[in-house]
Amino acid sequence: MVNDMKIFIIGGGREVYFLIKAFISKGYDLTVINQDADFCRKLSRSFKATVVVGDGSKPFMLEESGIAYADMVIALTNNDPDNLVICQIADKIYGIRKTFAIVNNPENIDIFKKLGVDTVISTTYIISSLIEQRAVVDDIQNLTSIGNGKVAFMEVDVAGNHPITGKAIHETGFPDDAIICCIIRGDGVIIPKGFTVIKENDRLVIMSKPEVQTDVLMLIRGKVD
Amino acid sequence: MRDGKSGKYIIIIGCGRLGAFLASSLSESKQNSVVVIDKKEEAFDRLGSSYSGFTIIADASEIETLRNAKIQKADVLVATTNHDNTNIMIAQIAKGFFNVPKVIARLTEPAKEKVYSELGIDTISPTALSAMEFYRIIMENGE
Repeated sequence: MVNDMKIFIIGGGREVYFLIKAFISKGYDLTVINQDADFCRKLSRSFKATVVVGDGSKPFMLEESGIAYADMVIALTNNDPDNLVICQIADKIYGIRKTFAIVNNPENIDIFKKLGVDTVISTTYIISSLIEQRAVVDDIQNLTSIGNGKVAFMEVDVAGNHPITGKAIHETGFPDDAIICCIIRGDGVIIPKGFTVIKENDRLVIMSKPEVQTDVLMLIRGKVD
Repeated sequence: MRDGKSGKYIIIIGCGRLGAFLASSLSESKQNSVVVIDKKEEAFDRLGSSYSGFTIIADASEIETLRNAKIQKADVLVATTNHDNTNIMIAQIAKGFFNVPKVIARLTEPAKEKVYSELGIDTISPTALSAMEFYRIIMENGE
């Protein structure tokens, strides 16, 4: 572990406080640039870090804060374009390889990566996908749909008491408009044929037309919900 | 148009004084097709009554807005918002993701110009332009 690693944190709210705490305990050298003067005062009293009040998306501000010596730049402002430009200036003018940006709009993740930002994190995306995952019934997950919603994918976990357990696929009377694309069993993946027998704890990945999803669930679980 | 017709399809981001003036002038040539995008509806009041193009109320820093404006067909995109970094981001998206042939961004901060000229984006800095004009007039009178 290199202990004289220099990290710049630009913008951000309360999360900055916790980041600084974590980084300082690792012995990193921190510089914080933030527009909130009161917040900066508080930080400078609490931590052994360089704290600069100002707009970190301005090149001269970065320059004067000594960004040329940074090993890593973290852009946390609440404005996506600002975070992009901060990372690009760090990368293109000062040759800093490690750049992190937070984005509000999840669509910007790919855009920023293609425009040269090293790591892009969308808190909106992380939180909404966590909620989505928790919101669906435990053992069914709607993965995605393709072809403008004409084709649906879902994952279903097979329990011991499900009617499908122990049957070969050709015996189950699977609907015409649905197919089990693969079975995840333990650490392995099986691409099933008609004679493949479905076992307890299998995870079935099913591709179907959306209108037969209910029939498929009925067949596997003996109930719909 | 990129499909071979004679006029140009021009997208202008930001309907401030600069954007509105530019949009009005460009729409005077009836061959051009002009679209102005701004977050605020009242910004379009700056467009004169002679303006014959389209307006879209939306945030152009969202790629969805650019898609709705048919950016893939645009010949020219001009980013004139009063926020440098927004202009830079939109210009890079237009250039890098939609291959818009001519992309121009307005920058108030001349210091950023050299970074973005390297990325193939033309920038215009009104600050630098007017400073140069002042300089020229001062030096002329000084002779």
